[in-house]
Amino acid sequence: MFRARVIPCLLLKGDGLVKTVRFKEPKYVGDPINAVKIFNEKEVDELIFLDITATPEGRTPSFDRVRDIASECFMPMCYGGGVRSMEHARQLFNLGVEKVALNTAAAETPALITELANAFGNQSIIVGVDVKRDWLGRPRVFTHCGTKNTGRVPVEYVREMEERGAGEILLNSVDRDGTMQGFDDELIREVTQAVHIPVVACGGAGSVAHLGAAVAAGASGVAAGSLFVFTGPHRAVLINYPTATELRDAFASVAAV
Amino acid sequence: MTTVIDYGMGNLGSIVNMGRKAGGSFTVSADPAVIAQADKLILPGVGSFDHGMTKLRERGLIPVLNQQVLERKVPILGICLGVQLFTRGSEEGVLPGLAWIAGDTVRFKRAVEPSTLKVPHMGWNFIDPAKADPLLRDLPPEPRFYFVHSYHLVCDDAADVLTWTQYGHRFASALQRGNIWGTQFHPEKSHKFGLALLKNFLAL
Repeated sequence: MFRARVIPCLLLKGDGLVKTVRFKEPKYVGDPINAVKIFNEKEVDELIFLDITATPEGRTPSFDRVRDIASECFMPMCYGGGVRSMEHARQLFNLGVEKVALNTAAAETPALITELANAFGNQSIIVGVDVKRDWLGRPRVFTHCGTKNTGRVPVEYVREMEERGAGEILLNSVDRDGTMQGFDDELIREVTQAVHIPVVACGGAGSVAHLGAAVAAGASGVAAGSLFVFTGPHRAVLINYPTATELRDAFASVAAV
Repeated sequence: MTTVIDYGMGNLGSIVNMGRKAGGSFTVSADPAVIAQADKLILPGVGSFDHGMTKLRERGLIPVLNQQVLERKVPILGICLGVQLFTRGSEEGVLPGLAWIAGDTVRFKRAVEPSTLKVPHMGWNFIDPAKADPLLRDLPPEPRFYFVHSYHLVCDDAADVLTWTQYGHRFASALQRGNIWGTQFHPEKSHKFGLALLKNFLAL
């Protein structure tokens, strides 16, 4: 049986890992290499690393740091943050990254998605879509780490990205980020129905049941930060991951392909 | 010495990392003279079919690969796009493949699959052995592997199929013929399962 992927989404800031709430208040949660080693032991499905300061600082990806992380990563790894060119992507793939995520660059230079997909295969080109709801509850796509409103409607935006060659959408709810109150399942439903490519949902997971709900809403993969790096009501740092049995139970109601 | 063929098509780092963990010694090379000396070969690959064949040709690697694989019968493992290049061609492109295996690479067709099926097939899935083979020896229980692909193998001769995997329909997820092995999945990114498979390849 093919099961939806469950993916720790880890945020890089400087040399450390942080976790945010609604894309703000980054709290230090540890060393990336150490985290990767623990996630290896736990045999996680995949890892996503997002460098959250690369675009705001106008920086390229920190290739040396990515190399260190990738060399310890015995599961598929996606990297995002500051990727703006073919050359960036080429370097990242050479370091052992499987997937490259583009967010701000995808919105600003969408033709780059096609160029990358043609060269590296669409399965390795991920478009990150950060969504915030406005005061009327209407979802809109944001770039620059959730600071800039593009005015684009997510459903139309992801359709364009699929047409341009994206192999996967990383759909992140800014409003739910770090809240652990559950995913924006309505957003997941709308977006997954709009495209044929897999959608990984992120933002809001606080329990394994939330993961199940997001998958039931249509997500091919579910990503989480807080759920896998915190424990208990006081958000004490502890790297953790559900067991195979817990995941099987959570996804039991979702039809297998 | 196992040589990982560097033709500019990604993910060499992952294979060398996992291969070293498996206890092997590796060189990564694009040099026909080095490839000609190898006693095992790995052809990795991330990217599109025509791009991959073009890179092999531009680097002048096709004659040495044909010689090593078809004449000297050096064991080779193709991974993902690597194994797809072993076929006659792909619906993804127009260029002919290496044609070491009688078969083709075709796309998961939305028209004939369940409407909910997402393409690419991206994630962990199980393998069902089609035959006994040293590459599959003593894998940990319930072996699962990581897949990332939109195209899959179709072998003319069912005897060439090494494993089957279910995604929408059943497809050949690995193949073997003589000294040629190939996996659509990524052993280098498949935890202990991939480690065991790579150890088996190194022990051939």
